Amino acid sequence: MLVSFLTAAIQAGTPLLFATLGETITEKSGNLNLGVEGMMLMGAVFGFQIGLSTSNPVLALVGAVVAASLGALIFAFLTVTLRANQTVTGLVLSIFGSGVAGFIGQKLAGKVLPNVVKNFFKPVKVPLLADVPYVGQILFNQDLLVYLGYIVIILSGIYLYHTRKGLNLRVTGENPAAADAAGINVSLYKYLHILIGGALCGLGGAYLSLVYVPAWQENITAGRGWIAVALVIFATWNPYKVLLGSYFFGGLDIIGFRLQKFNIRLSQYILDMLPYVVTILVLIAISLRRSKDNAPPKGLGEPYFREER
Amino acid sequence: MSKKVISSVVALVMMLSLVLAGCGGSQAPAAKTEGTSTDKAPAASTNAKTDVKVGFIYVGPANDGGWSQAHDEGRKYLEEKLGVKTLYRENVPEGPECEKAITDLIDQGCNVIFTTSYGFMDPTEKVAKQYPNVKFFHCSGNKMAENMSNYFGKINEPRYLSGIVAGMKTKANKIGYVAAYETPEVISGINAFTLGVQSVNPNAKVIVKWTHTWIDAAKEKDAAIAALDEGCDVLAQHNDSPAPQIAAEQRGVWAIGYDIYNPQAAPKAYMTAPVFRWGPYYVEQVKAIMDGTWKASSYLGTMKDGVVDLGPLTSVAPEGAKEKVEAVKSKMLDGSFNVFSGPIKDQSGAVKVEAGKALTDQDVLSMMWFVQGVEGKIESK
Repeated sequence: MLVSFLTAAIQAGTPLLFATLGETITEKSGNLNLGVEGMMLMGAVFGFQIGLSTSNPVLALVGAVVAASLGALIFAFLTVTLRANQTVTGLVLSIFGSGVAGFIGQKLAGKVLPNVVKNFFKPVKVPLLADVPYVGQILFNQDLLVYLGYIVIILSGIYLYHTRKGLNLRVTGENPAAADAAGINVSLYKYLHILIGGALCGLGGAYLSLVYVPAWQENITAGRGWIAVALVIFATWNPYKVLLGSYFFGGLDIIGFRLQKFNIRLSQYILDMLPYVVTILVLIAISLRRSKDNAPPKGLGEPYFREER
Repeated sequence: MSKKVISSVVALVMMLSLVLAGCGGSQAPAAKTEGTSTDKAPAASTNAKTDVKVGFIYVGPANDGGWSQAHDEGRKYLEEKLGVKTLYRENVPEGPECEKAITDLIDQGCNVIFTTSYGFMDPTEKVAKQYPNVKFFHCSGNKMAENMSNYFGKINEPRYLSGIVAGMKTKANKIGYVAAYETPEVISGINAFTLGVQSVNPNAKVIVKWTHTWIDAAKEKDAAIAALDEGCDVLAQHNDSPAPQIAAEQRGVWAIGYDIYNPQAAPKAYMTAPVFRWGPYYVEQVKAIMDGTWKASSYLGTMKDGVVDLGPLTSVAPEGAKEKVEAVKSKMLDGSFNVFSGPIKDQSGAVKVEAGKALTDQDVLSMMWFVQGVEGKIESK
């Protein structure tokens, strides 16, 4: 009962995990990209299209990553090179992405992925680990992308907190002028991490269309990109908390269906609101505590002009 | 300075491509606006046999694998049977934008318009007033005018039949039902289905999972998995994506579709589906317009009319189901069977419809209670 709930929560949280981690990395470079929803949709539609036409699951994922990164590239060019307003550019990217996905996806509704692709994304047991009681069933009897989720979280954690380059990235986000003075190529760091962020958002979208549902439906993300933007705050820009937060939100998403039989008199509409209520509470908590660990990157949302140093 | 210019140009290009992408969704080219006065429809004579051009407005993509596709199949049937020209616009949002889509079609010469979603009702009525010579049909609403009909189908009849199939198939005696919103249309569908289930398997329960959306495939999958985790071994749905069927197939159990017959998404799980077949109604109505005998009406299509039906049973449907279904269906066809005839009890066990009595169509259209055998709550009550 609890095992099946937690197993399902991890699956429901996985698209959020990729998108939230992507946005976290983007924001670490000091750029706020609100185009997550659009990039997820681009990843979802291109991943599905390529999976359908090539029958190659790996190519499908690569396609999703490339498509979403191209979306992120537009954002990077506008906000880093041209220093356009990040909020507006992100919003435009979001609308643009859903337009592109709608256009490409017109002919995809009702199409069925080839079995090769479907089988590739079936749950796979991790030898030994899957036999651990309870935990094994929950964590290690999942599909490949869930495992990839664990891996990218750990890699990002190591990268951000235990490598020179990760430190450079954090400096770029906190204080680009100081980073520049220290000889860090600010634009390069911003570009690179906006692209990586976009790629991860694309994976999040592709998880929905290729693994979770799997089918194409217009607007398949249905607002999950926006939840991811909120989740970044919930996770206080920390990749490990991104993992916990994503699975927690995934659990909140599905708990309503599972509480019904216990006859708890709690409206499902209240449950639908919970993720957002929790995010508001976290925002309040962050601004009250003012702890350095939980603060957003100081340079977030500010374009960097070398001349103003 | 110049960078600002460049950035605004790029932003503009993005916006433009968005608009183009939006337009790409419609088969009809952009409306010609020059020289068309607003209150005159071209080619409006009703007695000329050939002068009919029919326009359709869909709320989703024409190939959505569900509701809109059912209407689009009707449109193709109409083209094939009568040889009339048709146009359609897909992905039209409910609300004022619908008016523009309708007038677009009229500008392109359409003099018969079908609008196929509940939320198109008021825009259709408004445009119908402006174009008295154009004939309008609105699906699933209740407004009428001299030049505007409304129409819908009694999908509850085939839903009952699909309940028979599900009730015979389930071994766990638990059937999951993924449903969108707590509206009378959905609720009466769940009730009809449950009555069908219990007619063959009084021990079986129908567990309702509300998604509060029509369009979120992932959420439908969430709901389906929750039902499966509770031990359901058959899933039914009143949601538009095939996600519940796919979920059933992945667990090696069975499913019943909705709107159109399409086992493709989950061939190992799919047993059948209650379906709409609008084609014959469209042909009959357009023919009447061509012959000059048409009058606005309010129409609720039945199984007898062929507007609603149960799709064929696939090879995974339970043995003997076909005979059972045929027996009840033949009674529905000769009018001797009403899905909502008493005795019917509600969830608390109180008799809501006494033996010998039956609910009227009006009662069904305002139904806000569950019959016995349904496990679930109606919150908006």
